Amino acid sequence: MGAQKKGGAAARVSEDAEVQSRHRLQAILLADSFATKFRPVTLERPKVLLPIVNVPMIDYTLAWLESAGIEEVFVFCCAHSMQVIEYLEKSEWYSHPNLLVRTIESHKSISAGDALRYMYEQQTETSQIQGDFVLVSGDTVSNMPLADLIQEHRERKKKDEKAIMTMVIKQSKSSPLTHQSRLGTDQLFIAVDPLTKQLLHYEEDKIDHPSGSVCLEKSLLDTNPSVLVCNDMQDCYIDICSPEVLSLFEDNFDYQHLRRHFVKGVLVDDIMGYKIFTHEIHSSYAGRIDNFRSYDTVSKDIIQRWTYPYVPDINFSGNRPLKLGRQGIYKASDVVQSRSADVGASTVIGYGTKIGHGDKIMNSVIGNGCSIGSDVVIEGSYIWNNVTIEDGCEIRNAIVCDGVKIRAGAVLQPGVVLSFNVVVGRDFVVPAYSKVSLLQQPTTEDSDEELEYADSSSGTADHLSGLNLQMESKASELGPDGAGYIWEVCEGAHDEEWKHSVAPIPKDKLSEITQAIDDDDTDDESVVPTSGELKSDADSINTDVNDPNDDYYYFEKEVEGTVLRAVEENIKVDLVTMEINGLRLSFNMESADCAGATFFSMIKLALDTPHNSGSELYKNAASIITKWKDLLGFYAKKIDEQIEVIMKFEEMCQESPKELGPLFTQILHLLYDKDVLQEDAILRWEEEKAGADEADKVYLKQCDTFIQWLKEASEEEDEDDEDEEEEDN
Amino acid sequence: MPDVQSTVVEFVNKLRKRKIEGSQATAKYTVELLRSVISHQRVPHANQAAALIDAVKAVGEQLIAANPVELAVGNVVRRVLHIIREEDLSLTTAAMGGLDLLDASDDDDVDNCKGIGFPAMSAAVVAAAARSTLRPPSLQTLLEGTPESATVPYTSSSGADSESKTADKSSLTRKLKHDVIEGVNQLIQEIAGCHEQIAEQAIEHIHQNEVILTLGSSRTVLEFLCAAKEKKRSFRVFVAEGAPRYQGHLLAKELVARGLQTTVITDSAVFAMISRVNMVIIGAHAVMANGGVIGPVGVNMAALAAQKHAVPFVVLAGSHKLCPLYPHNPEVLLNELRSPSELLDFGEFSDCLDFGAGSGSLQVVNPTFDYVPPNLVSLFITDTGGHNPSYMYRLIADYYSADDLVM
Repeated sequence: MGAQKKGGAAARVSEDAEVQSRHRLQAILLADSFATKFRPVTLERPKVLLPIVNVPMIDYTLAWLESAGIEEVFVFCCAHSMQVIEYLEKSEWYSHPNLLVRTIESHKSISAGDALRYMYEQQTETSQIQGDFVLVSGDTVSNMPLADLIQEHRERKKKDEKAIMTMVIKQSKSSPLTHQSRLGTDQLFIAVDPLTKQLLHYEEDKIDHPSGSVCLEKSLLDTNPSVLVCNDMQDCYIDICSPEVLSLFEDNFDYQHLRRHFVKGVLVDDIMGYKIFTHEIHSSYAGRIDNFRSYDTVSKDIIQRWTYPYVPDINFSGNRPLKLGRQGIYKASDVVQSRSADVGASTVIGYGTKIGHGDKIMNSVIGNGCSIGSDVVIEGSYIWNNVTIEDGCEIRNAIVCDGVKIRAGAVLQPGVVLSFNVVVGRDFVVPAYSKVSLLQQPTTEDSDEELEYADSSSGTADHLSGLNLQMESKASELGPDGAGYIWEVCEGAHDEEWKHSVAPIPKDKLSEITQAIDDDDTDDESVVPTSGELKSDADSINTDVNDPNDDYYYFEKEVEGTVLRAVEENIKVDLVTMEINGLRLSFNMESADCAGATFFSMIKLALDTPHNSGSELYKNAASIITKWKDLLGFYAKKIDEQIEVIMKFEEMCQESPKELGPLFTQILHLLYDKDVLQEDAILRWEEEKAGADEADKVYLKQCDTFIQWLKEASEEEDEDDEDEEEEDN
Repeated sequence: MPDVQSTVVEFVNKLRKRKIEGSQATAKYTVELLRSVISHQRVPHANQAAALIDAVKAVGEQLIAANPVELAVGNVVRRVLHIIREEDLSLTTAAMGGLDLLDASDDDDVDNCKGIGFPAMSAAVVAAAARSTLRPPSLQTLLEGTPESATVPYTSSSGADSESKTADKSSLTRKLKHDVIEGVNQLIQEIAGCHEQIAEQAIEHIHQNEVILTLGSSRTVLEFLCAAKEKKRSFRVFVAEGAPRYQGHLLAKELVARGLQTTVITDSAVFAMISRVNMVIIGAHAVMANGGVIGPVGVNMAALAAQKHAVPFVVLAGSHKLCPLYPHNPEVLLNELRSPSELLDFGEFSDCLDFGAGSGSLQVVNPTFDYVPPNLVSLFITDTGGHNPSYMYRLIADYYSADDLVM
């Protein structure tokens, strides 16, 4: 309509846009998280089909997409694709009047990047994706409206060809203690242009420093008049993408992770100049179930009705609605509950469930068809369907999957996850944070988080039967009448376990962290403000900026590493010089810097080798210097370079005056003896130092006698020369 | 039929997702949907009314289940069922009476040309008689029932009259369906016109220089106040904003646009202002059979304040809001808890909601409706006039069949 009015090339562009806006709204739903955080549960069932408050996660996502006006969804199935497709076929989604659900199957994809590349390949054949699309994963629970956002994205795209993605963020304060958001993910640092909402920096990786320092590119401040840096945002993993995103994935075959690779790649790459924008939502809810902690948090948000209208008492996707009573207790109409049972606040109880005498159920979700004996305590736990719990069990902050049997008197400590059909033996105590499955833990654990359970999709069934046999032969790890393997926690992740568990963070952990932070506070005062606007003309910027000093520091580190390796592996001198030359070029350093750095690393090495006394240290240094004097000599050829070495040495002595200080003269002498330093250099250094402060002269004074001796020697030499000359004459 | 089915599914979806709200809108959609259900329903020769009732019931149950708190849906479904039953009854009695008449006219052929109005009149009379015999006579039926039922069979039976010679079953079938659709059309008109009907009475209730208090936003209230304004009454309106959705703000905007003197106050200021108020007028979400009112949250507080200061508390309700159920029925869902995000910003409070950190978690409750017991209501104004709360059950009995109360 509006397109005809404009002429020329512009008309074509706007026509295209016009065509785009007439296209149906599409979404790509990744029905695979490409992560192993939900193992062992996900070995048997895909994550998107795991129930959250008794409804499979994918139903929340589809119901939201449908009501947000999306007309076509491509469900990308990877692991357990058959299960996902079967589920969708049985559900009402396949016959939904407003939402066309199509499934795409690929077993080769092991990451979101692969999935999108696969979509791109399909795209060239069938061109299914016609315009902008919404990219979400199948474990998203949200009720945000999308139509306006898509419109906003399209308009921005019309104005600026390079605006290829809009990312949805939501304010959510992270815990000041654990630097972890309430969804259990690491704290997120983003920098946004406050006017255009363009994303300038994205950092999700673990921040090691408790004070939380972030590095921003200095150029950001040059190009943008103001930058908003936030650490209280949560990434919702809901993206509005233009088709360029798919081709970008195709071009960069090493992009795997949507954020770690793609977003960072786009932000860093200034050749293509693509831009990512953010959209902050306020009144609506969005959350992604990424780990067991977020499973717990999102479940509670649903029960607290933040996700309205996707709440248990509303039939939003073929689920049977429950009745909401006082105190947020959702109960199915046919629950058989003993009068003496105590069902506490914020609890959900599904259809056909029986609750025995004297049970105490608090803050928990119980699925359909469960039978719970008497005097059972269930607190903060998630019991899925058809679970049998016998008398006197105690379950705290655990996830119990379908078909599990918990025999009388058993206890599940906080953070336990019981996978499908596990049997916990009589009076057995399952230790905290253990994960139990009928399947044995895969022995070849892939440390790379990106590599997923792609292979498990095919062979699970055969696997299972084989394992059952094994299980009978081996006495179960869950008591004499139990069945299942307790998975071992990987070494590295052991102390991290509490971070991502369903159980709340234990009190002692919290106090530990508080303690640690208090200790830190005494020597480190810089605390990053929660969120603030940084003006480029502000004098003090709290962030590290790349400057030459920094470069030198890294260079020194590199040289140190090289020298250390050379000493350890006894590499030839010329090879080492070659390497250091390489470093010199790449860091754009002078030869004098090399000399300084090499000497620094040698002394450092001497300091690091164990020693008891000063003389021993001297011996160490002497042996190293003797051995590698050629290396040092190579760089310290000129007088200037030699002076640099002495200055460096002086600097080092000032840093560790106790150990190295007394040895200054000795080592200087040694260097002189080994012909590394010429007397001219030492004398020039002395001259330079003569004008310095008294404090700087400590080492000059220390080697006063040596210098005197040098001077005398040279005078003598001069005299000798003169004598010789005279003789010659 | 398939397209009807798809519209049903679509409407059910909208109701489920809470995309369609407000009793008038839902009532309108429902009745239009039911009309198309009826017109597409194939009717068997025997027992046509039962077939229609079953079809309407089947769809109605789906609609009610989709959003049980939207009581207007159930009300309209029951109204339509009532229309079917009434038409069936009047038709059978008319047929019986008509047979006698036909015999008479056969004897006297000359009468046939001028007797067009005759069988119709008799049908109406018979229908009215049948109604009054079926249940004890009420003032309502006596006043309203006769002319209404006289017009409906008149138009329909006049069409049937042309072929009345062979009053066979197929024509009877078509006639029933036709009559029912006519009846439903009237219901549609009634729902669409309820605002005007109610607003017409405004002049009798609002007097010069009065101060009116209202809470939240209701189209009925808006029309009511504007109607009084158009009649040159000058008065002032206090609008309580109706937290947390603040629909009172919207109402205030509309009122000012129409030139009324409007003051917005907070909900909590209602008690402070009530002594200056001459009348409280609110729109209801539903009126229960006992005369209790379901209204926007905060209404009960306003009603109590009004009672304390002896200010009349007037409730405006279209007839589609009259619900034949009692509020103490546990099967009736009277309230809905909406998202806490209407109350407070999630981001600001996210640290209070961190379940992992083990600190106490914040709970937010956001009910949509309030219940006002009948003793606090002074007057109901419906499209048929003003009524006392204790009379509501009687009014409701006219609109619904007892058979349909439990769906």
